[in-house]
Amino acid sequence: MTGTHAPGIVAGRLDRTTLRENFGDLHEPLDSHEAAVAADRCYFCHDAPCITACPTAIDIPLFIRQIATDQPEAAAETILEQNILGGMCARVCPTETLCEEACVRETAEGKPVEIGRLQRYATDTVMAHNIHPFSRAPETGKRVAVVGAGPAGLACAHRLAMKGHGVTIYEAKPKPGGLNEYGIASYKTVEDFAAREVDWLLSIGGITIEYNRALGAGLTLEALKAEYDAVFLGVGLGGVNALGVEGADRDGVSEAVVFIADLRQAPDLTSLPVGRHVVVIGGGMTAVDAAVQAKLLGAESVTIAYRRSQDRMPASRYEQDLATSKGVRILAGVMPKAIHGNGAVREIELEYTADEGGKLVGTGETLRLPADQVLCAIGQTLTTDGGLALEGGKIAVTGPGRSSVPGVWAGGDCTAGEDLTVVAVAEGRDAAEDIHTALMG
Amino acid sequence: MADLTSNFLGIHSPNPFWLASAPPTDKEYNVRRAFDAGWGGVVWKTLGEDGPPVVNVNGPRYGAIWGADRRLLGLNNIELITDRPLQTNLDEMTRVKRDYPDHALIASLMVPVNEDSWKDILSRVIETGCDGVELNFGCPHGMSERGMGSAVGQVPDYVQMVTEWCKKHSDLPVIVKLTPNISDIRKPAQAAKDGGADAVSLINTINSITSVDLDQFAPQPTIDGLGAHGGYCGPAGKPIALNMVAEIARTPELAGLPISGIGGVTTWRDAAEFMALGAGNVQVCTAAMTYGFKIVQEMISGLSQYMDEKGFASVDELVGRAVPNVVNWQDLNLNYVTKARIDQDACIKCGRCYAACEDTSHQAISMSDDRVFDVIDAECVACNLCVNVCPVEGCITMERLPAGEVDPRTGKTVSDAYANWTTHPNNPMKCAAE
Repeated sequence: MTGTHAPGIVAGRLDRTTLRENFGDLHEPLDSHEAAVAADRCYFCHDAPCITACPTAIDIPLFIRQIATDQPEAAAETILEQNILGGMCARVCPTETLCEEACVRETAEGKPVEIGRLQRYATDTVMAHNIHPFSRAPETGKRVAVVGAGPAGLACAHRLAMKGHGVTIYEAKPKPGGLNEYGIASYKTVEDFAAREVDWLLSIGGITIEYNRALGAGLTLEALKAEYDAVFLGVGLGGVNALGVEGADRDGVSEAVVFIADLRQAPDLTSLPVGRHVVVIGGGMTAVDAAVQAKLLGAESVTIAYRRSQDRMPASRYEQDLATSKGVRILAGVMPKAIHGNGAVREIELEYTADEGGKLVGTGETLRLPADQVLCAIGQTLTTDGGLALEGGKIAVTGPGRSSVPGVWAGGDCTAGEDLTVVAVAEGRDAAEDIHTALMG
Repeated sequence: MADLTSNFLGIHSPNPFWLASAPPTDKEYNVRRAFDAGWGGVVWKTLGEDGPPVVNVNGPRYGAIWGADRRLLGLNNIELITDRPLQTNLDEMTRVKRDYPDHALIASLMVPVNEDSWKDILSRVIETGCDGVELNFGCPHGMSERGMGSAVGQVPDYVQMVTEWCKKHSDLPVIVKLTPNISDIRKPAQAAKDGGADAVSLINTINSITSVDLDQFAPQPTIDGLGAHGGYCGPAGKPIALNMVAEIARTPELAGLPISGIGGVTTWRDAAEFMALGAGNVQVCTAAMTYGFKIVQEMISGLSQYMDEKGFASVDELVGRAVPNVVNWQDLNLNYVTKARIDQDACIKCGRCYAACEDTSHQAISMSDDRVFDVIDAECVACNLCVNVCPVEGCITMERLPAGEVDPRTGKTVSDAYANWTTHPNNPMKCAAE
């Protein structure tokens, strides 16, 4: 039995056509007319608030003016010189809490300039024409090891290659891209965009990637330090927080990040199993990505269970609205108490919570939801630290990503700061600049 | 609903909104629809001599410039006068006037500069029952190369001469349409008046090249790789037209010469501005060509509401009301001291006022770390640039310093006495104090 009502975790709840529609582009790209209209709304602010709000400080008014004057290629260069993954960031950035929130037209009319979509218009244009606007400086002879081919590592590697250094990236997985490849809802990066973007990025030259090479598994920081002139760690967060409630080991309880990665890598979504009743624990972007995709795969009911009030959810309001528009129910103020079932999960028991002087406590009152599948999205943890000093569970850095060990830099989710692609890009880029200064100084 | 009925030279129309002689008025089909849509009058597309009609280019005849969101701001054309047979136009005009007796129908005319040509055409158009004629001394392109249009309008003697012929050979009211492509609009206006014109209408289009094709390296619109200058019109030209209207209206020798205002009228407010500066009615073209005939409904409701608010019983109460306040620069009160004021609640913090003032004016706006923009009175010369670049209407205003207050820029106490340049101590030509 298949279809949305089939019990258990089964594949093929929806037919291929429906799945293709469900997992199509979340936002259609702007065509040139739409881009012109959207670009005309930019006021070209002085010292623009959107630039300040962008972790990579893209000169947004300039690139929009370039679009408005029929120079999308120049616009893309303006974007990419600050953010080499500007194409992905145009798709996945929570612009509603970054540049577009700061847009003065958000203040004026509650409707910001569509910065994210305009950025995509520009970057898609250069990628479609296979233009790589940057070239390498003469070879310096210096070699840098980058651990992790995620956004931080790629941004670092690209900037280093541009400066003339030779870069080797060690990547634990068989593909590059990090969370861009494995960890983001597929409707945000359709048509294998993550992989295409990496190919485009690598076309600058001077970067080699060794796959299936994780720090710890035959690869040590000591050895990298000895072999290379500098090392950058962009290893991300490899672990997840444990649910820690009774029944958490039942079949059907799994990690949301694994669910998302499986979905992203599935060659055929009709073969990807999903529960009839899915409950996602957590309140961040991972929870929303998992919940929405479970719904799009054909789950009959999907509930996000978040322990605090809804306005405290780390996922933006926009993401919350996206989830509810796709039929996901957001249940705030509940925390998991137990997972019931005979072997496999059948029900999840949630306890209502109350905020007592800033401390979250259970009220004792509970409810039960039917659940064939429970996806945990309650935070990820650092698993690879290379023996570096830590702070708050992450690799401690000062300035532009300098770790406690000279010659070793770090950036991205494995260091402090918001766990966003755009932040990782900024940190990788800035570390590269610092490495360059250190190597050439 | 105010009374919008218009009496211009004894020509009555339901409102003062006429369609100018141009493509929208080239044929019966359009004109009937225009009247049905609410236009008060129509100046028919310019008629030429009988015989083989003129021909137009068969490539593009319009060029344009645009503002944000491709809002059309200016239109340029290289179209000539009507390219349909004279009799066809006359027959259509006759039918239209018969069916719309309460609407104004004016014949626009352009024939070579000889008396017989004008006499002939006048005798033909009189038969249509039209309410008046407008002499097209304005079109700056094409026909001007043949000694007509602006080629006539640029020579006051010709203007007077042809006007005299027309008054001599018809009893119809004669409106002389003036070209702005001249250094002093008062000269041809005076010539028209001296020739006996009942009114002038202005402005006709401005000589222009709107854009250049940067691949073909040719003016646009481009005809087979070449382009010619055309006539420019639309909202971007309105300030030029307003000034010329005002120049005529405030010249004592021209006082009382009725004016039909033309040039970028797009909304009721534009129309009211022309009328306040002395136009008895207005003619519209580009706005209709951009948005269609229906815009007249906005003009009707807007002018009506405005007149009700002002308590004007007829449009004539508006006409010329601003003329006494148009003066020469030297008559402006130099003791009138204002400073920019920014409404912090309305400010959206775009910083354009700051950029404009800091980079290009007087460094009179400060910017704090949290993007609060304030005016530095000690630097502000009240230039108004910040007001003009601010995207939020009403956010920045100019407010007068009261008498007795010290202007921190000059250190002088503001006086409420009127004092202009003619008596200013810095003026080497100042009038001696009495």
